[in-house]
Amino acid sequence: MDFPADRNRGLKMATRSRPLSPHLQIYRPQLTAVLSIVHRSTGVALCAGAVALVWGIVATALGADAYACFSDFAASIVGRLLTAAFVFCLVYHWLNGLRHLAWDTGWGLEIKRAYATGWTVVVLAPVLTALSLWCLWT
Amino acid sequence: MTAFRTPLKVVRGLGSAREGTGHWWGQRVTAMALAPLSIWFLWFLAMLPGADHATVSAALGQPLSALLMLAFVFTLFYHAYLGLQVVIEDYVHPRALEITLMVLIRFAAVLAVLSTAIAILRLIFIAAPRT
Ligand code: HEM
Repeated sequence: MDFPADRNRGLKMATRSRPLSPHLQIYRPQLTAVLSIVHRSTGVALCAGAVALVWGIVATALGADAYACFSDFAASIVGRLLTAAFVFCLVYHWLNGLRHLAWDTGWGLEIKRAYATGWTVVVLAPVLTALSLWCLWT
Repeated sequence: MTAFRTPLKVVRGLGSAREGTGHWWGQRVTAMALAPLSIWFLWFLAMLPGADHATVSAALGQPLSALLMLAFVFTLFYHAYLGLQVVIEDYVHPRALEITLMVLIRFAAVLAVLSTAIAILRLIFIAAPRT
């Protein structure tokens, strides 16, 4: 919309010094933002994992044939990769979810704490994922 | 206009979406329940002595495991439904598609929970499912 009375509006807006929102392509990624989008991505990925879980439970109840179909897939290379991805997403989302819940009580919102808990998640997520997979597969 | 409402009424007035903090709170409560249930879930999987059909059926047919698994699946789909709603609101802009997806994920979540419930009941009541 361009109103005749305000034809210079665009110019005025460009030259006035006003805060800009971050321009994602040229904005240096920050830990907090990256962890936030990964929380969302893992949440969406876990939804697919949840459907796979229902498949497994329903297959178990249907009988040995349906179960074999599920367990053969789970034991295949692709199945194992997906299992590992699922466990990673669960562990990460769990750790970062606790971070969210702490923030909701008002704890940990200071920049320093937000970074400290963020790095804790970065370190713990792979460690706990490896530990869980080890318990799962041995 | 709003001057005639008490602050409490404004809070209960439920905002533009008419649901107040219900959605946000639902996401937190399900998250709090999922935190321990997820640990139980991983532990349950790790403790299965084998992944053969008989073992898994017996394990899931056990009342306590059945209860916890059902609680886990129900809570997880409730939480996932609330979470996906927010993601759709943020990224899906054509209104018709947005509403369609909202309805579809709701149907999907309900179907998933009901299927799990039926499957688990069957495993409880038919100790050895027909092969
Ligand atoms: C196990 C299956 C789970 C699934 C499928 C799942 C899925 C999701 C999804 C789709 C979202 C929305 C993401 C967003 O809006 O950015 C979400 C958000 C959230 N999840 Fe989960 N989640 C799971 C487990 C958990 C657990 C175990 C916790 C807690 C320890 C948790 C805590 C949270 C919190 C606090 C949010 C809100 C984040 C926000 O407000 O941005 N979730 N989850």
